[in-house]
Amino acid sequence: MAATQEEIVAGLAEIVNEIAGIPVEDVQTDKSFTDDLDVDSLSMVEVVVAAEERFDVKIPDDDVKNLKTVGDATEYILKHQS
Amino acid sequence: MSKIKPSKGAPYARILGVGGYRPTRVVPNEVILEKIDSSDEWIRSRSGIETRHWAGPDETVAAMSIEASGKAIADAGIDASQIGAVVVSTVSHFSQTPAVATEIADKLGTDKAAAFDISAGCAGFGYGLTLAKGMIVEGSAEYVLVIGVERLSDLTDLEDRATAFLFGDGAGAVVVGPSQEPAIGPTVWGSEGDKSETIKQTVPWDRFRIGDLSSLPLDSEGNVKFPAITQEGQAVFRWAVFEMAKVAQQALDAAGISPDDLDVFIPHQANVRIIDSMVKTLKLPEHVMVARDIRTTGNTSAASIPLAMERLLATGEAKSGDTALVIGFGAGLVYAATVVTLP
Repeated sequence: MAATQEEIVAGLAEIVNEIAGIPVEDVQTDKSFTDDLDVDSLSMVEVVVAAEERFDVKIPDDDVKNLKTVGDATEYILKHQS
Repeated sequence: MSKIKPSKGAPYARILGVGGYRPTRVVPNEVILEKIDSSDEWIRSRSGIETRHWAGPDETVAAMSIEASGKAIADAGIDASQIGAVVVSTVSHFSQTPAVATEIADKLGTDKAAAFDISAGCAGFGYGLTLAKGMIVEGSAEYVLVIGVERLSDLTDLEDRATAFLFGDGAGAVVVGPSQEPAIGPTVWGSEGDKSETIKQTVPWDRFRIGDLSSLPLDSEGNVKFPAITQEGQAVFRWAVFEMAKVAQQALDAAGISPDDLDVFIPHQANVRIIDSMVKTLKLPEHVMVARDIRTTGNTSAASIPLAMERLLATGEAKSGDTALVIGFGAGLVYAATVVTLP
């Protein structure tokens, strides 16, 4: 069953917490991965791969650069999850 | 029909000795920062690299190879005249013909050993090792010298902030010889040519023919840029960590070795972040010693695995007889993984 927006944000928060050590409550839709959450370009790849597995979605490298905020990623997953 | 007599090889092959050569000039991040807008902290956090070695004019591909090979031959306890074949993996020997392997074979004092170069980027050591094992078991050579050697500083764009800090120079060599016990596992290798654009040379050599120069990229001083290695960092990182972890696991499975049986992990020294993520993805136990030679050596492509192997053995972090998983991966894209007993 497809995940809801709330479930995706919560899932991303857990992933970012595990990869970058950021407290889950700091991971909000308006937060930028790079500027606010200290997720650099390589950690972003790890976040993306973990999100792909968790939400059964494919996020090609070309699309990753457009995912600036947690909200961008949430919207992308909502739209593309199978 | 006439009957052809078959060759007779050894039952198995093993690595008998290892040697390395690191150029005398040590280059810290501060030197790299003279030409790019970056910081020591950024370079360390993205790559783990603190220093790398750059070769001087006399530290040629052949000269570095001969130094490393001399140590490997001494470590193996054989004489150079016993070597039946010399396999050199390099992408940075600029005189394409003849193969640099022939000069190395001659200067080492081999007895007209078969000698040739291969091009398999950062997987070159594994490719060479696989060829060596085949030759020994098949019987066309008793001892094979496998060399990974690079002068990647010659192929580095010092004004490209994504790669200027990454590459280093050096040579690593192993002597492979006969064994009564299996000591080199099955190789899991392959290529993914559909991803050839991910790591590549910026400009092919034939663009330097007269008439083509106007279309070549220029540096900040207006000079035509020499070709350099360029890569798509995120795509390479994703492939290296997640796809190569699967290949590494397949090599363990093929050799019948569980992570608990493993003593040492020597991945190609591409980037410390790739190494750390692979260790996590493979769920390697705490006791496995992981090579992180990249910190002071940089990425030396085909030379990185034998150089890291030599250092782990020299420092005592690994010991002779240990079971090690080695995996190389890079431009092609190509990869090769196997499990070996350390010399």
